[in-house]
Amino acid sequence: MFLSLCPFDNLVCILLGISFTVWFTLLLVFIIVPAIFGVSFGIRRLYMKTLLKIFEWATLRIERGAKEKNHPLYKPYSNAIIAREPTSLEQEIKEIRRSGSNRDFDSASEFEMSDIFYFARRGVESIMDDEVTKRFSAEELESWNLLTRSNYNFHYISLRLTVLWGLGLLIRYGFLLPLRVTLAFTGVGLLVFLTSVIGLLPNGRMKNFLSEKVHLMCYRICVRALTAIITYHDSENKPKNGGICVANHTSPIDVIILASDGCYAMVGQIHGGLMGVIQRSMVKACPHIWFERSEVKDRHLVAKRLSDHVEDKSKLPILIFPEGTCINNTSVMMFKKGSFEIGATVYPVAIKYDPRFGDAFWNSSKFGMVNYLLRMMSSWAIVCSVWYLPPMSREEGEDAVQFANRVKAAIARQGGLVDLLWDGGLKRGKVKDTFKEEQQKLYSKMLVGTQEDRSRS
Amino acid sequence: MGSRASTLLREEEIEEIKKETGFSHSQITRLYSRFTSLDKGENGTLSREDFQRIPELAINPLGDRIINAFFPEGEDQVNFRGFMRTLAHFRPIEDNEKNKNYSGDFIAFRLYDLDRDDKISRDELLQVLRMMVGVNISDEQLGSIADRTIQEADTNGDNSISFNEFIKVLEKVDVEQKMSIRFLH
Repeated sequence: MFLSLCPFDNLVCILLGISFTVWFTLLLVFIIVPAIFGVSFGIRRLYMKTLLKIFEWATLRIERGAKEKNHPLYKPYSNAIIAREPTSLEQEIKEIRRSGSNRDFDSASEFEMSDIFYFARRGVESIMDDEVTKRFSAEELESWNLLTRSNYNFHYISLRLTVLWGLGLLIRYGFLLPLRVTLAFTGVGLLVFLTSVIGLLPNGRMKNFLSEKVHLMCYRICVRALTAIITYHDSENKPKNGGICVANHTSPIDVIILASDGCYAMVGQIHGGLMGVIQRSMVKACPHIWFERSEVKDRHLVAKRLSDHVEDKSKLPILIFPEGTCINNTSVMMFKKGSFEIGATVYPVAIKYDPRFGDAFWNSSKFGMVNYLLRMMSSWAIVCSVWYLPPMSREEGEDAVQFANRVKAAIARQGGLVDLLWDGGLKRGKVKDTFKEEQQKLYSKMLVGTQEDRSRS
Repeated sequence: MGSRASTLLREEEIEEIKKETGFSHSQITRLYSRFTSLDKGENGTLSREDFQRIPELAINPLGDRIINAFFPEGEDQVNFRGFMRTLAHFRPIEDNEKNKNYSGDFIAFRLYDLDRDDKISRDELLQVLRMMVGVNISDEQLGSIADRTIQEADTNGDNSISFNEFIKVLEKVDVEQKMSIRFLH
């Protein structure tokens, strides 16, 4: 019995050995070597086109199946519940009063009981649909991309569709995920190892040159680890030394996407664990700006370190995400003014993900980092567009907040995102009372303002 | 978030809600999706904190009162049916349903009448006024505004505004203007 197992064992060993070698060679030739030199075979784009055709077919199939069974389909995009018009408080209350009043002239009386309708209506409208809370959860898709996580209509529609979905599952978890995890480990491992080695070199042009190459190479491997298909637009506007690059924030992957096309100095808090190891070795090769947890609160310290870095023209441009938190890529929220006070040239960058292939938004209240990365690596692909916008500087008579809003508007316009004034911090915190006080002030002016007119006449 | 939307709401329930409130099928599914996205505790009901998490509602001077309108007497949780029932008051009335006592009026009355004794007293009126103007108007001015309002509306001389007196004051206000929430299909 023992003898009969041996030849079988040998066969298995040989097969394993061969498949391993083949696997590794393919990996090296098609993925790692192009990453080192920054060229691409175009495999990912072909993959993307094929997927799109399959998704279209799947959506048509679902629609047809739903029609046959007389099931009304749930279509998120075409189902906005209410239409809201942005009119001012004064205008609307005047409208309500005018329609109920006998008086002909346009002067508003001091208080009408019907004024309450304005506030009640606004309140109920915001209960049914508001601009802010929906930005903190993943965007809803119009067509199905064969991932259960984004499906709202998945009842058993047809055998073919289920088979396709099952096949997709197999490919994603059986083939793509292990491949990507291997690549990710390779990329990160190389980054830590090589930057530590470069750190041993004396400061000078050679060190900077090597550091740049190493960073780019490792980020490119990481890009392939996510099967990220990125289109860069207007590369002539790429950030230069001594500038600050600002971009809208959707996920930690934003960093990888930008850093694989240019070299930046990162800013952030020092973490523990694996993140901390990576951060500490990166800073050996070229100066990044890492803060201790206690230093983060000290705005003066932060501003000083940023300005010092920016003044040294030999240092790389700083990469900052002024929203301060991840937003779901349908809108841009308030930019924190800190980075706009420094007075350096700002290079805005807009990043827009295509959610059909995999939603990149990191909902940090729902998923931890590891869970998130696994979800990313088991999606079909991450497809996004990056626009480098022309540099902007603060103008005469403009303060930091106005400058920040101007940059934000430019980014929102380019990326096709909604420009919101709300603070991304609302994801976790409560809204400030000052906004309510503003509304109260506006309304009081309506009541009291007319009293002054009365006393005059 | 959305993946539970169509699966948890059964067809029979949708039909019942349709009959009770008059919303259309697609409006009900959309509002159910909204309900589940507000329900952070994922237990099928909304608490007052769930509402207060909406920033635009939190900055509304009458936000708390509006939230109260959703909760029946003494309760702290509202389920989807209750949610829809309250929202139905803000649905514009179709021509063949038009009646004198527009239900939006009743909700507005409730916003003033905190102790639900079917009368708006001077104190209750003052409270609402104070909420709407904040700290920007003095007590005396506010008091005189309240007095003037009650004087104009009170017809039976009991120094408070009953529901019928309230409706009379609002009679001329165009229904469309009051709760002109533009629903799409």
